[in-house]
Amino acid sequence: MNTPVITDTMNKDFVLAVEGLTVSFDGFKAVNDLSFYVDENEIRVIIGPNGAGKTTVLDLICGRTKATTGSIKFKDQELTRMKEHEIVRAGVGRKFQNPSIYEDLTVFENLEISYPKGRSVVGALTFRRDAPVKERVQEIAEMIFLADQLDQRAEYLSHGQKQWLEIGMLLIQDPELLMLDEPVAGMSVSERKKTAELLHTIIKNRSVIVIEHDMKFVEDIAHKVTVLHQGKILSEGPMAKVQADPKVIEVYLGH
Amino acid sequence: MFSDYSLAELGSIFVMQGFAGLILFSVFVLMALGLAIIFGQMGVINMAHGEFMILGAYVTYFTSQFFLNFIPSLFNIYFFVAMILAFFASGALGMFIEWAMIRRLYKRPLDTLLATWGLSLILQQVYRSVFGPREVGVELPEWMMGSLPVTDMVEVQINGLFVMGLTIAITVAVAVLMYKSNWGKQVRAVVQNRVMAGAVGINTEKVDRYTFGLGCGIAGVAGSAFTMIGSTGPTSGQLYIVDTFLVVVFGGAQSLLGTIASAFTISQAQSTMEFFLSGSTAKVLTLLSVVIILMLRPQGLFVIKVRR
Amino acid sequence: MTKTGRTFFLRPQDMIGIAILAILLLVVLPLTLDNFRLQFVGKYLTYAFVALGLVLCWGYAGILSLGQGVFFGLGGYCMAMFLKLEASSVENTKIQTTPGIPDFMDWNQITQLPWFWEPFHHLGFTIIAVLVVPAIFAFVVGFAMFKRRVGGVYFAIITQALAAILTILIVGQQGYTGGINGITDLRTLNGWDIRTDSAKTILYFVCVGLLLASILLAYFVKSSKLGRILVAMRDKEDRVRFSGYDVSNFKVFVFCLAASLSAIGGAMFTLQVGFMSPSFVGIVPSIEMVIYTAVGGRLSILGAIYGTLLVNWAKTSFSESFPELWLFGLGGLFIAVVLTFPNGIAGLYQTYVAPRLGPLFGGAAKRSDATPPAPPSSGHAPAAAE
Repeated sequence: MNTPVITDTMNKDFVLAVEGLTVSFDGFKAVNDLSFYVDENEIRVIIGPNGAGKTTVLDLICGRTKATTGSIKFKDQELTRMKEHEIVRAGVGRKFQNPSIYEDLTVFENLEISYPKGRSVVGALTFRRDAPVKERVQEIAEMIFLADQLDQRAEYLSHGQKQWLEIGMLLIQDPELLMLDEPVAGMSVSERKKTAELLHTIIKNRSVIVIEHDMKFVEDIAHKVTVLHQGKILSEGPMAKVQADPKVIEVYLGH
Repeated sequence: MFSDYSLAELGSIFVMQGFAGLILFSVFVLMALGLAIIFGQMGVINMAHGEFMILGAYVTYFTSQFFLNFIPSLFNIYFFVAMILAFFASGALGMFIEWAMIRRLYKRPLDTLLATWGLSLILQQVYRSVFGPREVGVELPEWMMGSLPVTDMVEVQINGLFVMGLTIAITVAVAVLMYKSNWGKQVRAVVQNRVMAGAVGINTEKVDRYTFGLGCGIAGVAGSAFTMIGSTGPTSGQLYIVDTFLVVVFGGAQSLLGTIASAFTISQAQSTMEFFLSGSTAKVLTLLSVVIILMLRPQGLFVIKVRR
Repeated sequence: MTKTGRTFFLRPQDMIGIAILAILLLVVLPLTLDNFRLQFVGKYLTYAFVALGLVLCWGYAGILSLGQGVFFGLGGYCMAMFLKLEASSVENTKIQTTPGIPDFMDWNQITQLPWFWEPFHHLGFTIIAVLVVPAIFAFVVGFAMFKRRVGGVYFAIITQALAAILTILIVGQQGYTGGINGITDLRTLNGWDIRTDSAKTILYFVCVGLLLASILLAYFVKSSKLGRILVAMRDKEDRVRFSGYDVSNFKVFVFCLAASLSAIGGAMFTLQVGFMSPSFVGIVPSIEMVIYTAVGGRLSILGAIYGTLLVNWAKTSFSESFPELWLFGLGGLFIAVVLTFPNGIAGLYQTYVAPRLGPLFGGAAKRSDATPPAPPSSGHAPAAAE
């Protein structure tokens, strides 16, 4: 009878525990019996060749895709049974690969919508733009280098600024687990540097899962790296260990 | 309610009712085929589909008049000529409409819906102004009249049989075109990935235009077949549009087989219920069941699970 | 402006726009039109309730319902049932086989008032029913569909099918609904004769009052965070979901709101015109109501009102003089509004008129939506019909 107690305490140490996760589309297993664990305040980077199932893993965690089998536990809550908005409210934030912001609204309104208050219909009708909201929006806008663009329609932001805005929209939710899908893709060198800086400030007091291709960037931020290949974990560990793993070299350079 | 009938009578009533259901099924399939191509493959809602059909019906009517007055000796085969003319007339109009209107709206499906509704109003008025407000019917060649006795209590109409045969032929032709021919492969390629299809050298604009034209052409043939079993008026097309869309959506928009299965289900349900209930109640119950099933299972009967 | 926030939900230019509309409907039109024409405007305005609902539902939230006639009809029928029962007192109907029931029931050999007609003896119940019955219906449909993420063209087709179903049902169940002729020969509202000219004028003002109140409500919704969430949803539904909102609840809400607004319009239609029939329920009227919104500008609350007035005025004058041209005109309007001016007259106003008025109102027309969409001159169009 001791075993379950031990797993329970083990799970408590992890912010996120993914176990035996499988999803199949018409027989094709995009993610196949995947298990991994993310610690508190850990930055985990997921890398892997195209089609390895990286984005699908994030989709599964945030509820966008339903798992065929397996479990995803976030602070002892079973995410596979929850709806997207419930998962968000539990403290999981997700940034999409392509900047996903509201082009018709201003930067301020984009951030305001993401502010975690008034999320029900009645709440949204009676929501007031009071001082705490404005202060919080201002604070986040400064973090994401957009303080001067608050009144601008988001449509007119540059690609890099849109990425930052989306990161800002997640930050204002203050999630405990933040998931970023290729946050520096399509960015210029200077934007990339600023983004790395930004990530270093926002990862305090939360766990982060990042999907990224840029190896220098990965090296810079990762505590631990998970290499996915054909829906399975090929290798896992600190960057140096993963880089030296012959299986990883085979997948990345062998073909 | 059954006590008034003997068992044999009851059996033959069911057979006759089943036959009526099969004719309705053919009608649904003919209507839905063109729509399934346009909606399923291109994602375009063509509210004027019924009017393209009616165009085919009018073409058939005038062909029959022409044969009757000028070459009565060939009257027996006028229908085959009419069908081909109907296909090309509706198809050509469809391609023109695609060029003039639809191609500007591919990214705004709801707006296509409104624009094609406008088109349908204009076409109705054109028919009314040009062909007159009255319904017209074609004269059937002799070999299509009458009915075949199957047993002494059951007999089937020849024109109904003919429409069924026609439906099978057209369905097979469409299936071959979409799934076996090179052109069908191009259409499906464009549907799945427009940019990629363009990149490998498929002229996507041309494919769009011909696909739309084909869908409308099939509508024309359907209209042509309709004249065999009913009359045609300027607004006849509107009567069918809701049923047709429900058939296509119910079948799962992208599957030809689904369309046929759903046409079968809906037509059989309706004709069976028509026997027990009044016509309007049967219609309400059929449509309502379809809508409720669609609410519970919005993807339709047949669907492929895809990775997002 | 956004940073300072608003203490009141109307911006200055909104207030000006509403004031202009109010003056037009409450003062200008009643003074310039004879009773007969004013009643026409009153009838058009009942459709404006539907158009208003569609601005929120279609323009803002991107949900195109082709079944708004269903809600207009439900509201109208609820009101008509009350009025019909009042008109069918035992005294008025003593020549019938069964006195005290509506005449069409008697003609259809029905001898007892159906159970669902009973509560419509009470005005209070009727008013609540006008608002609630369509909302419940919209809730059931919306909940079923939005929870399963059905939207776009599928939603449009299914709502259209519902409009078709309800029409067939009403026409088929003649004994309970009055069939194709609808519920006619309505006379009094709690003893007050609604057929007189003075009653019709009063009802016109009641209708305008309710419409202005509905406009304020629409502005309130639009300017709340909920309004911005609707716009956000139309653009990036997934992002809204992943910001912690249950998207379907918001869609259901706006669909129900649009349904209730349409139903108010339907009830006012019955009161002002004096009958209700399935010809206001089906596919054709439902989609025509969409074109009012499209012509006015699908994003503009006030535009929808002007669009409704304009299209109906055009319809009436065309069908009087060139009935065969009207379908060409209406069809052309559908195509033109979609192809060449998708934001309707409000969009045209924004592009061509507002920039020139800008200095006058202190940059009033800055955003792309919902400033007074039509200059007063085009609002006078119905008056020009004289």
